[in-house]
Amino acid sequence: MTEVLEVSGLTKRFGALTAVEDVSFHASRGEVLGFLGPNGAGKSTTMRMITGFLAPTAGVITVCGNDSVTDAIETKRSIGYLPEGAPLYGDMTPKAFLTFVGRVRGMTRADIRRSIEDVVDKVHLEEVIFRPIDTLSKGFKRRVGLAQAILHNPPLLILDEPTDGLDPNQKHEVRALLSEMAAEKAIVISTHILEEVDAICHRAMIIARGRIVAHGTPDELREKSNAKDKTSLDSVFREITTRAES
Amino acid sequence: MRPTISIMWRELTGYFSTPVAYVFLVIFLAMVGAFTFYMGGFFSRGQADLQPFFNFHPWLYLFLIPSIGMRLWAEERKSGTIELLMTLPLRTIHVVLGKFLAAWAFTAIALALTFPIWISVNYLGDPDNGVIFASYFGSLLMAGAFLALVAALSALTKNQVVAFVLGAAVSFLFLMSGLDLVLGFFRGWAPQFVVEVVSSLSFLTNFQAISRGVIDLREVIFFGSMIALSLLINTAIIELKKAN
Repeated sequence: MTEVLEVSGLTKRFGALTAVEDVSFHASRGEVLGFLGPNGAGKSTTMRMITGFLAPTAGVITVCGNDSVTDAIETKRSIGYLPEGAPLYGDMTPKAFLTFVGRVRGMTRADIRRSIEDVVDKVHLEEVIFRPIDTLSKGFKRRVGLAQAILHNPPLLILDEPTDGLDPNQKHEVRALLSEMAAEKAIVISTHILEEVDAICHRAMIIARGRIVAHGTPDELREKSNAKDKTSLDSVFREITTRAES
Repeated sequence: MRPTISIMWRELTGYFSTPVAYVFLVIFLAMVGAFTFYMGGFFSRGQADLQPFFNFHPWLYLFLIPSIGMRLWAEERKSGTIELLMTLPLRTIHVVLGKFLAAWAFTAIALALTFPIWISVNYLGDPDNGVIFASYFGSLLMAGAFLALVAALSALTKNQVVAFVLGAAVSFLFLMSGLDLVLGFFRGWAPQFVVEVVSSLSFLTNFQAISRGVIDLREVIFFGSMIALSLLINTAIIELKKAN
């Protein structure tokens, strides 16, 4: 396995508030890494630093050997990112939007056409490809966001709550898609749906108040917990994060 | 260059995929016509020139340009798409430039659509088309300077109304800075050269110089550097404050 993402000593402060403190981890090709934590724990902030949207206060992020600060553009090329809530240009159609993303990413015309066909097929967007994004259902919007992230076939995918707000069938589909892509990519997802971790993540980190409080395979996390009911990750999650907060 | 063109194209089609473009164009053309023919006394002056037409441009731009420029960044912030945009492999300056050029191209389209007035004056008399061309050029330059200012201010907020009001207020100061309204504020305490510098920043005086028909390098440099400076400030604002 090759390291795609390496994060060490990552810290972010907003004035007096420390959102992320001394976070270190790595993700390799063929791996799905789950990022777990209560709302406001620092998951999105960490992802925003990896993708170059926020500058770290301290620490180093390396993506495919490129430093995220000194080689910002090169780093961004190797990342596909789905921001929290999947923001999109509502006045565009998925087709126009994906073409725009492809062009900005420097893909050739033929490349863009082939890639769009490919991702539209993967995330099942065929029926809405010419409808304004504003008029689409939440599930379709999320899939457009996902399509945008995988369009250029990046080695690293950063997905902030990719299944949030989807119905059970759609969740299942997205998970199946992620598992399918996992073989050739490193995927980092954030979630607070714990069954998701069991379903697709090889490793998971539990983050609370900006710090990593537990790290391991889902089974190892169960071991670390003092919760009575260790079969459910839910109680494990509650036990570990409340312990960290008290 | 290519990313800049992609951004520009997206923004420009963005104007036309919503009612913004059409509402703006209709209002702009209606107002230009009304001002020229009624308030400017186009016919009663009995002169074959477009002076009454161009005289109102600075005042129309004062609130029409902020209405074009206010969405450029405020909307990205509001909808969160700024996160998408700024995590694409682009330099901030390319995005800033692309957005500005789109809005500027849009004002150029609006300005070009006033051609019936030019046809009218040529039909009615024998105007100096050199002066008219220079005035169009000056008007477009001035529109660019207003737009660059508004775009930079739009980057400060996620609220389009705030962006509009800020844009209109700052545009007003630059428009009026040659007049006593603004200069009076400086005269009391500032040294003479400061008053002169402020006075030379006036959009109105610089535009009037061009619309007399002489494209002087001074005015071109003035508006050009206003645009460049505003775009650099715009870039700095985005770099410093990407997230809210």
